Amino acid sequence: MDSVPLSWYLILSAVLFALGVAGFLFRRNLITIFMSIELMLNAVNLSFIAFAYKLNQVDGQIFAFFVMVVAAAEAAVGLAIILTVFKSRPSLAVDEVNTLKY
Amino acid sequence: MSQFYTSTDHFVLVPAIMLALFGCAVLLFDFFLFPEPRQRKRLVWFLFAGEIFTAAGLWRQQAFLASEGLPEITAFQGTLTVDGFSLFFNWIFVAVSLLVAIVSWRYLEIEGEHHGEYYGLILLAQCGMYFLATGTDLITLFIGLELMALCFYVMVGFLRERKRSNEAAMKYLLLGAFSSGLMVYGFSVMYGLAGSTKLRAVAAAIASRDAWDPVVFLAMATTAVGVLFKVSAAPFHMWAPDAYEGAPTTVTAFLAVGSKAASFAFLMRIFLGPLETARPAWEPLLVLVAVLSLTIGNLAAITQNNVKRLLAYSSISHAGYILLGLIAGNATGLKGMAVYILVYAFMTLGAFLVVVALRRENLIGEDIEDMAGLMHRSPGYAVLMLIFLLSLAGIPPTAGFIGKYYIFLALLETSHYLLAALAALYVAVAIYYYFRIVRSMFISEAVAAPPLESTVGLRVALAVTGVLTLAIGVYPEPFLRLAQTSLVR
Repeated sequence: MDSVPLSWYLILSAVLFALGVAGFLFRRNLITIFMSIELMLNAVNLSFIAFAYKLNQVDGQIFAFFVMVVAAAEAAVGLAIILTVFKSRPSLAVDEVNTLKY
Repeated sequence: MSQFYTSTDHFVLVPAIMLALFGCAVLLFDFFLFPEPRQRKRLVWFLFAGEIFTAAGLWRQQAFLASEGLPEITAFQGTLTVDGFSLFFNWIFVAVSLLVAIVSWRYLEIEGEHHGEYYGLILLAQCGMYFLATGTDLITLFIGLELMALCFYVMVGFLRERKRSNEAAMKYLLLGAFSSGLMVYGFSVMYGLAGSTKLRAVAAAIASRDAWDPVVFLAMATTAVGVLFKVSAAPFHMWAPDAYEGAPTTVTAFLAVGSKAASFAFLMRIFLGPLETARPAWEPLLVLVAVLSLTIGNLAAITQNNVKRLLAYSSISHAGYILLGLIAGNATGLKGMAVYILVYAFMTLGAFLVVVALRRENLIGEDIEDMAGLMHRSPGYAVLMLIFLLSLAGIPPTAGFIGKYYIFLALLETSHYLLAALAALYVAVAIYYYFRIVRSMFISEAVAAPPLESTVGLRVALAVTGVLTLAIGVYPEPFLRLAQTSLVR
């Protein structure tokens, strides 16, 4: 019996990552954009874990833990900033956050 | 299995421990010891103490390297490396943090947001910078970068009640998080290639493959995009003007200098380490990025009326110049990068400090018109600003000239004549927009405005940056030797 080959995990990870990038670029709601970034980081985690499993090492798993920690810290800081933005503005649509330009 | 935490490990980690310890101490003492807002300015002394201990740790490392004649000390099985390179950058970080801290307290009082955690965040951000300059492992570099970036997201949004500050923090956060996501994807591919997170192992794995290998290219491209975002090189610069304009000016100065120097340290570790052998693949990309940075930075700066925004575009063009040193890639070019970063740190910091001085009660003082007739009102500030602007434009006898000189020399040595000509052309453009500020200061009629705030901290910081900007220009020899030590690797 063969297990699922490494390439499948990597393709899945790349697809999830690309979805995250697309979400970041095309979505217009702050929270959704933020979720897209989380999706990207989790795609990265998947590829780290797949490599670590294939290489029979723990380094990649450790890296995945650090990525999770960073994602959590980023979410804490990010949601706080989004809240302060929301306090001074009527909505969370990025197009309306446009005080700073030229 | 080797010993878990050896004395060497400790020796290498001491500066980072001190920064983290004092950073956390500021947060705790702010809460328990100084509940009154009036007392908070005392917290700046914790920062000074932290910097003294950090500097002592760095000094001992430097003395040890010199006395043993070693090129480097590695710790934690090759995770951290103290060498001339890391020490060079860490001394810049110490100087920049101190200079930013001594001007901050009056500025934050005027803004009405004087909180202790500001100093804690400076120390913790500097801790992240320490790991960026010292780390030789993908995990360490990633954590260092995020530690620095997270502190900066909060500091940029420090003026909670201001729409501009919020918005700047949000834009910086979203683009910063996006770029580190891209970068860490590149790291995962590098890990997959090498089976290790050590830069040396990654370098060996990449060297064993063709420079145009698609997997190597994927790792290189995603990592490069992430790193270039951090140094705000075009076309990945969109966050910089907004973040610089919206952030409190002292934070802008720290962001423009500290964060940029740390990101360049990181960029050099990555591009001259694991990616060195993939140079044929990344060189054309970096040429494109450098040319775009020079073009967008210099051309967009022409129309700016806000000094902070103008300096943001100018810092984008400076990133372009520094990248040219990496493109040349010979010893002169790398030395030129180090000199340029040193010079850039002090002249940019100085220019932002003058903008800090212009902030008074009821007057934001960020527009070029606010500088009108500064020569008649406060000649000292006007002359200092003139020195910084001459240096930013790269006119002798100021420091900026020395930085540009080595970059141009390296480009000519490696026969990049077209790039050198283009870079020289943009110096002329830069002179035009810097002299808009000069004209406003020296020729325009003075407008009625309250006198400039001048504190001891501001005067000391301006004196240090002003003297260094002139000293490096007039007598560059010791600074060049300093930059040379950063290359012995």
